[in-house]
Amino acid sequence: MSKYIPGQPLTAVVERIEIQKLRQGDNLILGFSIGGGIDQDPGQNPFTNDKTDKGIYVTRISENGPADVAGLREGDKIMQVNGWDMTMVTHDKARKTLTKKNQDVVRLLVTRRSLEEAVKQSMGKKQ
Amino acid sequence: MDTESTYSGYSYYSGRSRGSHRHGERSRDRHKSRGKDSRSEKSVTITAPPAEPLLADPAVRGEQVQDDNWGETTTAVTGTSEHSLSQEDVVRITKDLEESVGLDCRRYLGLALAVVLGLLVFLTPLAFLALPHLLWPEKLQSCGTACEGLFISVAFKLLILLLAVWALFFRPPRAGLPRVFVFRALLAVLVLLFVASYWLFYGVRILDSQDENYQGIVQYAVSLVDALLFIHYLAIVLLELRQLQPCFSVCVARSTDGEARHYNLGQLSIQRAALAILERYYCDFPVHNPALLSASKSRAAKHLAGLKVYNVDGEFPEAPAEGPGNNAAAAAGMVQSQSRAMIAATARRRDTSHNELYYEEAEHERRVRKRKSRLVVAVEEAFTHIKRMQEEEQKKAPGDVMDPREAAQAIFPSMARALQKYLRTTKQQHCHSMESIQQHLAFCITNNMTPKAFLECYLTPGPTLQYGRDHWLARKWTLISEASVTSGLKDGSTFALRCLDFGLVVTTKRIPYIQMSEEYIDPKSHKFVLRLQSETSV
Repeated sequence: MSKYIPGQPLTAVVERIEIQKLRQGDNLILGFSIGGGIDQDPGQNPFTNDKTDKGIYVTRISENGPADVAGLREGDKIMQVNGWDMTMVTHDKARKTLTKKNQDVVRLLVTRRSLEEAVKQSMGKKQ
Repeated sequence: MDTESTYSGYSYYSGRSRGSHRHGERSRDRHKSRGKDSRSEKSVTITAPPAEPLLADPAVRGEQVQDDNWGETTTAVTGTSEHSLSQEDVVRITKDLEESVGLDCRRYLGLALAVVLGLLVFLTPLAFLALPHLLWPEKLQSCGTACEGLFISVAFKLLILLLAVWALFFRPPRAGLPRVFVFRALLAVLVLLFVASYWLFYGVRILDSQDENYQGIVQYAVSLVDALLFIHYLAIVLLELRQLQPCFSVCVARSTDGEARHYNLGQLSIQRAALAILERYYCDFPVHNPALLSASKSRAAKHLAGLKVYNVDGEFPEAPAEGPGNNAAAAAGMVQSQSRAMIAATARRRDTSHNELYYEEAEHERRVRKRKSRLVVAVEEAFTHIKRMQEEEQKKAPGDVMDPREAAQAIFPSMARALQKYLRTTKQQHCHSMESIQQHLAFCITNNMTPKAFLECYLTPGPTLQYGRDHWLARKWTLISEASVTSGLKDGSTFALRCLDFGLVVTTKRIPYIQMSEEYIDPKSHKFVLRLQSETSV
């Protein structure tokens, strides 16, 4: 995950993940937990080396939940949810964006370190 | 004291000559069989190192012999007369006779000079005022109101000056220092010059010309007294105030057992600093106990005695095999090779003396603790035998009533043996005589002190002042210093104070210059944020 410089466009290798929400009683759940946000303390993020990164990270995935089935992994950084930017939002805004009651499906753009490395390796091989 | 010695406590007071000879013989035998620690002590003190002055030997030996069994051996050593002197007393008296003349002369000379100067200073204003009336009374203008007001001022200022000089200068001297006190000498010279210049002016301008303006003369006398008061202020600042602010931290270490203390001193000359240190030495340092050093000396002696060097080849026939005291040139080279050989041999042999030391110290510790517990129990039991008589009981049984000294004597025998054994184990037996113990016991009984309070002064060695005069042996101290003793203390200056038995080594360090800056903090700038760490499941 490249370091974000304010004012400059951010480049990242992302994966598209589509999660179908599961109905449990009155709630629609996605089956994972998020942490982070611009109002949180980025120094305690265990998933990144850049301790100033205030993005939204996936901290826990429940077994065989919708997110697990869709391919989301712990430590992923969520860049977009249904087109809405997730790199510069508060924690609460992120939660609200993910748990909109009128949406059954969320389409996430997530990035992780292994993606970047895979791309670098393939680029290296090509050369 | 054993079972038969319950009498010996009383025979100390009754005829000593009667029972002393018999007790002396028995005690001498008991002495020899007493214990290995006393035996080793005796063997070491006889072979005291030759570097110490000869006068120290009888002092130490005298202490050793009069250690055990108060009231029994004191007369065995010196004979049957009650007024015999031990050798150390003789030595001390001759030394006192030698020194007393010189010291007293210096002290009285200083005192006489001070008195003369004081009289001169005090009488000068009065002379200034009185001489015109005596010498040319008819020419003198009469003294108006302002002038007479000045008389009152002169009188009171002189009174204040008199009291101030008495307070500052006429105090009993604390000590005799080797060199003259520089500031006092300077002040005396200043006062002398000052008064002389005033007299000079007076003599030339007033006496010779026979000035009629009496008010001017009175004002002149008032100005003299004012200036004297200012000189007195200068004296206070130089002599008293300047050294109050601590500037140096001195470390004072005793050479025999390493006992050290740190003191803060101001800007003083070396001799005044030495005086301050000695006064604090008597109050703070535990008393110097030479008996405690005998163990390390015996270990050192054993190290040296373990090896002897023999010359097998016979290369230097004119010098004997041992003897570092020879002054032949060949012997010097031989001594060097001998000592090198000894060092090499000691390094090679497997030395188990550390093992012995460890077990000896553990054993000693155990013995001390056992004796201490016996002592504590004995003393507590002894204290239960007496109680303070209440007012109502005073009517009955007047025969049994005792004053504190008698009460102390009554309960002393039951704790005497345990106390003596404890003192002997901790090698303090020569610090406390039976008289002093009974006095202390009477004192504790009078003041309603508990047994623990009574024992405290025997369990830990106290400052030197607590013990009797004979332990305050070092009345003469020698200041050894490379710098002049009237020069001031500097960072890193060292000097030593030596008395007969030991020395105090003093090193100085300056308290550093502290550079401080300030930082202003606006009270409104104290703001905090929460470290949020939420995790939400979606």
